[in-house]
Amino acid sequence: MTVASKDTAPPAPPTALEWVRKNFFSNWINALLTILGATVVYFALVSLATWAIKTADWSPITAAPLLFLVGQYPREELWRVGASTLMVTFLLGMSWGVWKRYLRPFAIFLAILMGLLAIFPLETPTITLPIRVFMLINPVLIFLGYRLGRSRRVPSRVVAILWLVVLLLIPLVILPGFTGSSLLPQVPTSVWGGLLITLLLSVGGILISFPFGVLLALGRRSSLPVVKWFSIFFIEVVRGVPLVTILFMFSVILALFLPTESRIDRVIRALMGIVFFSAAYTAENVRGGLQAIPPGQVEAAKALGLKNVHITSLIVLPQALRLVIPTTVGQFISLFKDTTLVYIVGINDLLGMGNAVLKLRPEFVRLQMEVYLFIALIFWIFSYFMSYASLQLEKALGVGER
Amino acid sequence: MSQQTNTDQQIIIARDVHKWFDSFQALKGVSMEVKHGEVVVIFGPSGSGKSTFIRTLNRLEEHQRGTIIIDGIELSHDVRNIERVRREIGMVFQQFNLFPHLTVMQNITLAPIWVRKWSKEKAEEIATQLLERVGIPEQAQKFPGQLSGGQQQRVAIARALAMQPKIMLFDEPTSALDPEMIKEVLDVMVGLAKSGMTMLVVTHEMSFARAVAHRMYFFDAGTIVETGTPDQIFKNPQEARTKLFLSQILEH
Repeated sequence: MTVASKDTAPPAPPTALEWVRKNFFSNWINALLTILGATVVYFALVSLATWAIKTADWSPITAAPLLFLVGQYPREELWRVGASTLMVTFLLGMSWGVWKRYLRPFAIFLAILMGLLAIFPLETPTITLPIRVFMLINPVLIFLGYRLGRSRRVPSRVVAILWLVVLLLIPLVILPGFTGSSLLPQVPTSVWGGLLITLLLSVGGILISFPFGVLLALGRRSSLPVVKWFSIFFIEVVRGVPLVTILFMFSVILALFLPTESRIDRVIRALMGIVFFSAAYTAENVRGGLQAIPPGQVEAAKALGLKNVHITSLIVLPQALRLVIPTTVGQFISLFKDTTLVYIVGINDLLGMGNAVLKLRPEFVRLQMEVYLFIALIFWIFSYFMSYASLQLEKALGVGER
Repeated sequence: MSQQTNTDQQIIIARDVHKWFDSFQALKGVSMEVKHGEVVVIFGPSGSGKSTFIRTLNRLEEHQRGTIIIDGIELSHDVRNIERVRREIGMVFQQFNLFPHLTVMQNITLAPIWVRKWSKEKAEEIATQLLERVGIPEQAQKFPGQLSGGQQQRVAIARALAMQPKIMLFDEPTSALDPEMIKEVLDVMVGLAKSGMTMLVVTHEMSFARAVAHRMYFFDAGTIVETGTPDQIFKNPQEARTKLFLSQILEH
């Protein structure tokens, strides 16, 4: 009976032809459905492409591409936005080098996009040669950053700190500037707009609300009654109110209560509203993760003599946060798209800018389809990359999962 | 400080310990004294309070009446005393409770680094020695999920030993294991017992009790029904309940 224990080779994987036959033409009904579906898809794609190339009039976008990107940010100060972008692309390249494959698709996509934009044939005076050169520098910087990151001369901790510094420096120093400064004259946020505002509100909202959300989730499970009741009160009140209402409250009511001279900037007010809103939802997501951690984990940590703060930060949170990556990223994608609601309190984000451009010239009014499709495409690219990033993060952190 | 005189001999003193879960009384006046280096086996039917009792010793469960003194420190609401006691007591659980997001090495060195404030190098050196002692030095960089149950439980023992405790508590350490893995864990425990460690073991592995236990306690319905040396318990149990229980678990 020695034959029985002999290992046999696994069955050969199907060839492409076998795979197609099995999945698309397994019987005559499926074959019919395949042909029918392929026909529909073919004609839909062809008509969409014909429309996009022949019928559609993209002049609102080609006429004022900078409006979509930065709004009314003074054109003579545009180099500040450019410099900020270069810092981010360089860091992205460096992160690609340090953390390898997790960031590769982002970096490569951005490099190709910037390179294409630089040489895109557009007959418009707004896209000047310096802007094209700037676009072309981006892929070069991404590549240089990649080489530097891969050379291991820069430890990953330094890259993380650089990200923090750059993400604070750009919205707090470089873009707003200072009154009376000659190098960085003040640019009020009332002229900021477009993608710049959308990214500022969403990246700021996500990064600031996340730690608050975690603290609220921990607070809700705290044994200290005051902390616990405050957390529950905050979460339940904020979750019970629509985002539009919160934005209104922050932009109108907060302004009424504070004296005119200590008025908070309206973009900051909107950001505060977004942070409030997002923190409450993050808190509930994280609480779900905290509840999924078996009590044995805390018992084992207690039995080892660990203090509560260490049990939470070393044992419970790392496991809980990994569990809630999918829901939290989903929530952040929603938040990213929800930032368009700031249009209602008079801030010209990407969508608001699109509406403004439609009113720019009388012949643009009928071109809503083109403008909204363009905006939708930008939102889709960012949202898709966020969900891709979440999958990569899950994979990276999923090592040794039970 | 009046207890100080006792602690030369008795490292664990439990007097008249009571514990309620809501209205259910899990412990009804349990008293036990354990000397340095003694190996105690606690057995009894499920729900008899044996696990609850050893969990009161490191305050995973709070006792509501009675006194518990560990190595001269009385357990009360004083958090610092609780932390001091927990540093001296290692515990091994039925479900292992390893930290799944940390490697075996990180599992073992975590508490020495954060509680004992040892350097990473010192903690890893001791962890390596312990992994050799429990027979799995080659698994240091793996995650718990990549190990078999028996290996996980041996890591859990190494993790508890890394704090260099004076007492080890075992809460049914082999109950969640496949039969072929029970022996590898029991072997480690026997070795530990022979090295002079003070051990309280909740288990139904009577072979382990016969081999190394100094005393055995039979728990039922929240009280100690009978106590004695393994010889006395196996050959000449006094109580009818002990006889019945022993006949049930020794049948197969």
